Amino acid sequence: MDLARLHHMANQIARNLAAQGEEAAIAATAQHIRDFWEPRMKAAILGSDRSPLDPIARAALERLDDA
Amino acid sequence: MGYEPQADFGTPPVQSDQPVTLAIDGRAVTVPAGTSVMRAAAESGGSIPSLCATDSVKAYGSCRMCLVEIEGRKGTPASCTTPVEPGMVVHTQTSRLQRLRRGVMELYISDHPLDCLTCSANNVCELQDTAAEVGLRDVRYGYAGANHLGLPTDSSNPYFDFDPCKCIACSRCVRACDEVQGTFALTIAGRGFASTVSAGQAGDDFLSSECVSCGACVQACPTATLQEKAVKEIGKPERAVVTTCAYCGVGCTFRAEMRGEQLVRMVPWKDGKANRGHSCVKGRFAWGYANHRDRVLEPMIRDSIEDPWRVVSWDEAFAYTAERLNAIKARHGARALGGITSSRCTNEETFLVQKLVRAGFGSNNVDTCARVCHSPTGYGLKTTFGTSAGTQDFDSVMQADVILVIGANPTDAHPVFASRMKRRLREGAKLIVIDPRRIDLVRMPHVEAAHHLPLQPGTNVAVLTAMAHVIVTESLADEAFIRERCDWDEYQDWARFVADERHSPEVLEAVTRVPAADLRAAARLYATGGNGAIYYGLGVTEHSQGSSTVMAIANLAMATGNIGRPGVGVNPLRGQNNVQGSCDMGSFPHELAGYRHISDSATRGLFEQDWGVALNPEPGLRIPNMLDAALDGSFRALYIQGEDILQSDPNTHHVAAGLKAMELVIVHDLFLNETAGYAHVFLPGSTFLEKDGTFTNAERRIQRVRKVMEPANGLADWEVTQQLAQAMGLNWDYRHPAEIMAEIARLTPSFAGVSYDHLEEAGSLQWPVNAAAPDGSPVMHVDGFVRGKGRFVVTDYVPTDEKTGPRYPLLLTTGRILSQYNVGAQTRRTANTVWHEEDLLEIHPADAENRGIKSGDWVRLASRTGETTLRADVTDRVAPGVVYTTFHHPATQANVVTTDYSDWATNCPEYKVTAVQVMPSNGPTDWQESYASWAERSRRVAREPAE
Repeated sequence: MDLARLHHMANQIARNLAAQGEEAAIAATAQHIRDFWEPRMKAAILGSDRSPLDPIARAALERLDDA
Repeated sequence: MGYEPQADFGTPPVQSDQPVTLAIDGRAVTVPAGTSVMRAAAESGGSIPSLCATDSVKAYGSCRMCLVEIEGRKGTPASCTTPVEPGMVVHTQTSRLQRLRRGVMELYISDHPLDCLTCSANNVCELQDTAAEVGLRDVRYGYAGANHLGLPTDSSNPYFDFDPCKCIACSRCVRACDEVQGTFALTIAGRGFASTVSAGQAGDDFLSSECVSCGACVQACPTATLQEKAVKEIGKPERAVVTTCAYCGVGCTFRAEMRGEQLVRMVPWKDGKANRGHSCVKGRFAWGYANHRDRVLEPMIRDSIEDPWRVVSWDEAFAYTAERLNAIKARHGARALGGITSSRCTNEETFLVQKLVRAGFGSNNVDTCARVCHSPTGYGLKTTFGTSAGTQDFDSVMQADVILVIGANPTDAHPVFASRMKRRLREGAKLIVIDPRRIDLVRMPHVEAAHHLPLQPGTNVAVLTAMAHVIVTESLADEAFIRERCDWDEYQDWARFVADERHSPEVLEAVTRVPAADLRAAARLYATGGNGAIYYGLGVTEHSQGSSTVMAIANLAMATGNIGRPGVGVNPLRGQNNVQGSCDMGSFPHELAGYRHISDSATRGLFEQDWGVALNPEPGLRIPNMLDAALDGSFRALYIQGEDILQSDPNTHHVAAGLKAMELVIVHDLFLNETAGYAHVFLPGSTFLEKDGTFTNAERRIQRVRKVMEPANGLADWEVTQQLAQAMGLNWDYRHPAEIMAEIARLTPSFAGVSYDHLEEAGSLQWPVNAAAPDGSPVMHVDGFVRGKGRFVVTDYVPTDEKTGPRYPLLLTTGRILSQYNVGAQTRRTANTVWHEEDLLEIHPADAENRGIKSGDWVRLASRTGETTLRADVTDRVAPGVVYTTFHHPATQANVVTTDYSDWATNCPEYKVTAVQVMPSNGPTDWQESYASWAERSRRVAREPAE
């Protein structure tokens, strides 16, 4: 999968949910990826270098790592 | 049914709870107060002759044919303009009336050609009928006097002729244009004997006038003065079948009037609850594509997209396709396969395609064209209200006091609904338009917006948040409604957020470019002007914040209590005829029919039990993800029913690369569309005239589509999908779409009460149709939201990543126009091209002058993604800094320019914001020329069978 696109998508989700407050935004971003991303997309981003990600997106992926 | 013209009661129905009983020709008749004597007589089975009256327009009282006698009253009043009264005693047939009517009739006939045997009315003529009714036998004045018989016919319109020598100057056409369509294109020019119907200004003909060819005048004409050319050519219809239009999401119902297997004309059905007897140029006239010479009627296959097509039998096509699909699945797994359902096809056909993908292919890689239009509506309204659909029926607009139109252009894209909206506006409702362009609704005959907020493209959320700021900080919110219906804590969080000074109109003006005072006034009007109804379109959804904007709209409606009753609500104007239905049917990769998530084991279990297969619990790929996965080699085969993603989806180069990377692309369509250039299998499709099924329109109304002729390709689309499934080894055995609907109802709670028998009985049904609402639900969330408490969602403005700069200083926004439809596959193959034969680029005079561009010049439109050329239209409909075009023509391929940026929640493309540069050009780009050459080559068909 196109990692740049996946990173952009994750950041976009996080930025649009950020107004809910950090904790809620992290949880909502993780849930959004869980609900709407196909497994190979999830696998690709979880296995990627996460440095291009915003803090909320990065924290959301950590939740998914733990799941 | 056999052929009978639709009943005409002479004057419109009246809504009243007050019954009035009177006697007409000795019969006791009870009708609502305010009903005309003419209508009362017609409703009771009587008939009063008339010429200037028809029930689509108000009574006019000019022809003097409908005179009646009323006991106790002097004279002979016109029955069309006389309202009923209790105890009234009416006589409609007396010797005195007969004498008067015959005298009037003599005058009409003295100036009318006596060519009934050769007249194109084919004996369906109210003048002829009325002459018979009054027993006209002679015209005492003769026929040699001054007359209009030598006037030339105006044949300029491609679909109907205007023959003034047959005109009786009844004004029905003029009034239909005014009252039904709301265009005011026609008038009676001249006085007395010189009175003639005139389209537009002196010197105009119908084509050059402001006439929008809706057909209302033709339908209203009592003679053959305004007559469809098809009726002239083919003759009188001999049967009629009621069916549903296959163009936009309004879902007009029509009588397909047939002669044998030949369609003579489509006439809007008066009992249609979506269109109420009205139509637009597309549904009424633009059906010629159904038998256009470009239509492909035989299956074709090829091993490589470089090869010419080879015509094969259906059996060979199914066997070839199934074998290749099964082989790819065996090599690369189920995840390598997917499908795209069509919003132009029926609910039943869409349901089968997603079933084939989930149960046959074994993946959830199914998506639909809503991905590129209203997927944010599904997400946003489900999140806030609990249901992925609009809240109202179309009739609701007639009770609205304030109409807020945002990101929609109803007079072009949803013209029949727009006519009803304009009627309500003429009655006095106030209008707010939020749109970067000065759409027609902003100012047109007898309609003027109270406020037009011409925002900078991409700033919808900022504008709506600023409106919310005004409503909250000026205490205009409906707290009683919110406390009762919504989550109060969530409301308070939202109210605190929007009340922050950084969300004030004054601060956000720098972003939105909307004057703060105008925005404040608009917000106050919406919050305090009575019933407030919001209508929106793709100008809301096709943004990087499309879903946020939908939720911001929902927030506004909840905050002002404008939900749950007629006259209010949140109303997405859906684009395609069955885009609501295709979403309802489980076309999204993450949910099953009825918007239930694929990970929900209970729901999945229902389907698994019914279908006899285990389903994948993980969401599948969306269309853009399928293309990405194709490029990395993990997605290999795609079945596309009735969509042309190469032309309709953003970033054409990327779409082409994705398609080219696939091993097997199956296109199931009427035509070898642009996507078919990259296909290996072509399965011929059937038109809406050739199959049974249902469409669901923008108001959740499920309506029957009825077969009026056999499929020219031999199979209805649902049969094609079924035979492909059978070739893959699935044991499907549907004998009629009614059986598919029975399965849908069995598995989908919101469709639980839907069946073909129920639809036949009710005419149409608005979902949910279930035990709680056995006859459907015209208005939703009446006693509470579907999700329980309405949810306020904080929506912050996040600027798009698509930025203007020195190289790309203008913002491009795209849309559609009245005469063309989406990628134009249908309308480009009709005479509608007379109004729009190419895509044009609208550019503001200041931007045009800076670049030395005049209207009609070729210009190069370039973005970071690609470039194309088209002709310029210099106009101040667009603001400085904004340009606009349509995407109807493959020669332009406007989506070469659009980008991969998309809505954060749904990946709906950001068609409405692309940074571009516009420069003079001397003709097509190299890419356009090479694409045209490629497209022609890709359509080659081998004349000899391959070895």
